[in-house]
Amino acid sequence: MTGQVARLIITGIMTGSIYGLLAMGLTLQYGVCQVLNISHGEFLMLGAMLTLTLSTAFGISPLLAVAIIGPLLFVIGFLLQITLFRTLRARTPSPPVFEGSALLVTFGLLYVISFLARLRWGALTYQNTYLTDRVSFLGTSFGLNEIVASVIAVAMGVAVYLFLSRTRLGRAVRATAENPVTAGLMGVNTGMILAFCFGLGALLAGVGGVMISWRTPISTYMGFENTVIALVVVVLGGLGSIPGSFIAGILISIVSRLVSGLWDPLLIVPVYYGILMVLLLVKPAGLLGKK
Amino acid sequence: MDITRVFSTHKKLLAAGSLVLILVFLATFPLYGNDYYIRLLTVILMYVVLAVSWAMFSGATGYMSLATAAFFGTGVMAAALLEKTLPFPFVIVIGGLLSSAFAFLIGLVTLRLRGIYFAIFTFGFVMFIGQTAFYIDAHILHNIWGHNLTPLAPGVLHYMMLGLVVVTLVAIYFIRRSRYGLALLSIGGNEEAAAHMGINTTMVKVILFTVSAVFMGAAGAIMAPAMIHVQARIAFNIFNSFMPILMAIFGGMGQFYGPVVGAAVFGYLDRTLKVELAQYFMLGFGIILVAVIVFLPNGIAGLVPTLQSKLRITMAKLRKGGQTEKHADT
Repeated sequence: MTGQVARLIITGIMTGSIYGLLAMGLTLQYGVCQVLNISHGEFLMLGAMLTLTLSTAFGISPLLAVAIIGPLLFVIGFLLQITLFRTLRARTPSPPVFEGSALLVTFGLLYVISFLARLRWGALTYQNTYLTDRVSFLGTSFGLNEIVASVIAVAMGVAVYLFLSRTRLGRAVRATAENPVTAGLMGVNTGMILAFCFGLGALLAGVGGVMISWRTPISTYMGFENTVIALVVVVLGGLGSIPGSFIAGILISIVSRLVSGLWDPLLIVPVYYGILMVLLLVKPAGLLGKK
Repeated sequence: MDITRVFSTHKKLLAAGSLVLILVFLATFPLYGNDYYIRLLTVILMYVVLAVSWAMFSGATGYMSLATAAFFGTGVMAAALLEKTLPFPFVIVIGGLLSSAFAFLIGLVTLRLRGIYFAIFTFGFVMFIGQTAFYIDAHILHNIWGHNLTPLAPGVLHYMMLGLVVVTLVAIYFIRRSRYGLALLSIGGNEEAAAHMGINTTMVKVILFTVSAVFMGAAGAIMAPAMIHVQARIAFNIFNSFMPILMAIFGGMGQFYGPVVGAAVFGYLDRTLKVELAQYFMLGFGIILVAVIVFLPNGIAGLVPTLQSKLRITMAKLRKGGQTEKHADT
């Protein structure tokens, strides 16, 4: 029993780093651009499905796909921000109104993206696993893909954190998140920063999708559940807190492994929700959130 | 007699007259219309209930509720579980009360916080209650294949929905004019100022959110027999949360009739296009939603004043033009 629990927790930590990446992307998009992106999971789905196309049609290794799909989704996110959300921001009277409108717009986007994806890939479930050799580690065995994925995810998470906290551009991002008007007056090109952050968020989701496709079956319907997970994680970690969302991603992943391993996979979402409800009652700002 | 003067002096009379005409049409339609159109009209009426009650709370306060699908679905599931044991009017009431109980709990937890928490929480609530209801229904009550409901005649469902629409509109009309309605509006304008004026903002928000859920739940219970086969996964469809929002924004939330207009337009499109262009409907819905929010944030009703003022200017110009010509003649 304890052996099983320990194994579930370790697998939870391994897969949790991908949830962490996904949630970091959402945090960047909400924290800086004020867009609570309901279509975030669809970018993850695009990452997974594009990996499939790259490896079947062009014979590109799924590991290399990270380097191709990440930048591609960055460009898509970048363009979305400078066309759609910039227009919307200019047309809304106040930031709270923009927040609400942007959320609704991303819901429309969800429908458009998943329709286009279904046009290309249909509604089938595909298997495109990669690096499935088992490796013995800490007394239990893991797929090589899980280990590689978590190493990449942690590395990217740390890289984004260091980028935001140590570099000049990162400081500009934080200044824009704090107060876009003042940041603009200080000479920050806020329009570019917003587009950069939205693109980075899409990139993180896409890379997460590539790495999920190494391990589990994928379909064009996988986006929505991941959006829900990302939302729960982001609130749990504290809206706007980058390290908080990464840590909360790992916590939520451990919880989901424990619930599905010891109880019933159907109860994962209800348990997430129970946690969210208790958290909002006790500490609404989230684990690492500021007031 | 000047036609524009008739419109301006007898505005109330005209509004009341057209309202009576619409009501008479809706009340007599099942006597001569065929079943397809009766069903279509019932769906439109259902969307009227959802859109108007959504706009009553979220439109006024700016707290965006995405839980409409959860309340609607609660009504549907209540009807599916109870319609064999209880008379149907009781089922409708229970569906409404159950939904409002959920709304009360959600409100207590989240309406103290910033609006974005409310949106996230209500969004997740649809997922939560859908999964939980499925689990309870399939694994505890052992209804793995869902429920087959006793079908009711389309005319009967239509009259029940029409009754609910009338009740909803009258109730919300009076709520908007009451102290609570004004309190809601002031919360939407500036919540801090409202609190300083002595309004217990959290209480007002919780109470009115609870009230708005009653109508949504009742609408779900009435729609359940029309769905014939009900499963938890179908009953709680997140689409039902966003459709009323699109309708309310498209129609315009500043005016009482705005959401009704939106519900009529999109309820009609929903039923007709879903049948003919099943898959392209999704794409169309997405694009329309984006376009309406970007280009029509105040809705059709928001266009009316601007159009009126433009019309007035052109009328004045024409009249002036006529006078100057006369001057030229003499």
